[in-house]
Amino acid sequence: MSETKQPGRDVLLDIYRIATLIKTADDRFIELIKAGQIASPYYSPRGQELIPAAISVSLKPSDYVVTTYRGIHDQLAKGIPLKPFVAELFGRATGTCKGKGGPMHVTHVASGLPVTTGIVGAGLPIANGLAWASQLKGTDQVTVVNFGDGASNIGAFHEALNLAAVWKLPVIFVCQNNGYAEHTKYEYGTGAATIADRGLAYGIPGVEVDGNDAVAMWQAASTAIARARAGDGPTLLEANTFRFRGHLMGDDSHYIAKEEMAAAIAADPLPRFRAWLIKEGHASDGQLSDIEATNVAAFEEAVEFGLASPYPDVSELDKDVVAEGAQA
Amino acid sequence: MSTVQAKKINIVQAINMALHDAMELDSSVVVLGEDIADREGGGVFKCTAGLSTKFGTGRVKSTPIAEQAIVGAAVGGALAGLRPVAEIMLMNFTTVAMDQIVNHAAKLRFMTGGQTHVPLVIRTTTGAGFGTGGQHADYLEAWFAHTAGLKVVAPSTPADAYGLMLSCIFDDDPCIFIENLPLYFVPGEAPVPGQRVPIGKARVVQEGSDITLISYSKTLHEVIAVAKSLAKEGISAEVIDLRTISPLDMDTIIASAKKTGRVVVAHEAQVDFGVGAEISARLHKELFGQLKAPVARVGAARSPVPFSKPLETAFVPTRERILAAIRETLN
Repeated sequence: MSETKQPGRDVLLDIYRIATLIKTADDRFIELIKAGQIASPYYSPRGQELIPAAISVSLKPSDYVVTTYRGIHDQLAKGIPLKPFVAELFGRATGTCKGKGGPMHVTHVASGLPVTTGIVGAGLPIANGLAWASQLKGTDQVTVVNFGDGASNIGAFHEALNLAAVWKLPVIFVCQNNGYAEHTKYEYGTGAATIADRGLAYGIPGVEVDGNDAVAMWQAASTAIARARAGDGPTLLEANTFRFRGHLMGDDSHYIAKEEMAAAIAADPLPRFRAWLIKEGHASDGQLSDIEATNVAAFEEAVEFGLASPYPDVSELDKDVVAEGAQA
Repeated sequence: MSTVQAKKINIVQAINMALHDAMELDSSVVVLGEDIADREGGGVFKCTAGLSTKFGTGRVKSTPIAEQAIVGAAVGGALAGLRPVAEIMLMNFTTVAMDQIVNHAAKLRFMTGGQTHVPLVIRTTTGAGFGTGGQHADYLEAWFAHTAGLKVVAPSTPADAYGLMLSCIFDDDPCIFIENLPLYFVPGEAPVPGQRVPIGKARVVQEGSDITLISYSKTLHEVIAVAKSLAKEGISAEVIDLRTISPLDMDTIIASAKKTGRVVVAHEAQVDFGVGAEISARLHKELFGQLKAPVARVGAARSPVPFSKPLETAFVPTRERILAAIRETLN
């Protein structure tokens, strides 16, 4: 067996930069909502940051990422520009979607983020279509579609995996298994021992990986992405992780045992990754602090931009329903 | 083959011709659906026959029986620059894909603030008459017309099927294209190659002065037959084929209603909360006080589509029921 590929220092630091940017954004959104500065439903990805961070370093700007209402980590990892991103979460006219999408539907086509769905499982069949277009045009683009463990129980998941297998599409199905589908613990809602096992049913590789381990996540993702790019078809990746801040902001996670939550927080992947980077000699404490400070400054600038931006004009209700000039 | 026959084609042929011409014109036009490639017979109704042989199985893709996967792939393809035509074999099967149609295809342009659009066509057929019972023959156009972002068309002739199909394929928004199963093999005037029929434009089938009869799809043919019988009694009916259900061509409808003062809307869908209700509401708002009688509506019985022949025959808006509504409106 060949030696497992290892990420280089630059890749590791990029993963750290992205993951901590996500945490900065998450912390700040929650502060702003609590302070009443913005009013918005919000689905925190806290705890799951390393998954998209470790995937995105193997993606090109032209690759597609499809995600869900719990998706700011995926969007930030794909490189969405901060100012219009924050403005979209604030519902402002300067947002990527002119404030019409909001936190559950942040998209930015120029960054390769064409679809963010609020419907569990719905992104998978659409990802197939994006991948089909790439396949037909003969580009080497791949499509990554993110979803939770709950989505693996809805019909769209099964229809999509089957079609992707039959059409041998360049798509990577990433199940971010945080252990809870809304409030329901994995084993009370899912019959299979692992989500990855379900790949077997459709004749595609199903790979289980520790999504809280940056190196393992990078290895699994880069392998699946290379496979898709080479035209060898789809992969189902199950990235195991944990959700620290409930399903929706305001949810106190009362359905999660205190010990389970405490153990998960004690194993928070971000400080763990930080300590590992220092211990392995990839970066000094000061270098990592600089990365964090740069993130905070950049994000704060975006928050200021968002808060200062106007709301969309009411006339926007009549726009973008159908093509301009056509009758709706 | 005689000259007269050569000028006539049926709707299956018209749709096949439109798909062929669109695919030849633009390599981004792709077709997907159950059994549509020639390996599977070119579609259960043969609408896609020959396309996979000519354009390849990359652009003409047979799918598993998986409507969410079909419409989802069409949505994703459309977002990435394709112009997919998805065949959902029967209109009742669109219910399986409603999330993709209503929550995604219809809304993504708006939800992305115009960054994206979804130029796809969902072709689907329906209609009572072949004994297919409760889950294979419903007219569900009102559901789609109720959703902002979708266009809904329902041609009644081969020429309109051809011209509207071209318009829908090259429209930049999602279109629901409703075909009628019993009409598939009825011959009609052949379309002019390349000639598009605009979306949102009704056709005045015949002019008249006493009453306006509005219909579309198969029921239009029943209405035309009734109008002919009325002519023998000296009653002059104006017949309008909507062709497009959404957006409604209110200019044509209002102009006719102003002229005649009496309107009957007939369609095979349920009457309650249907297209006829929408037209009636709009007419009463626009022409309140000018109409000589309330707008009448004729549609299917308030029941699922039945199997047994006498029930099925009575279920649809028969000529007798259309005529009765006309007489009531005239009196």
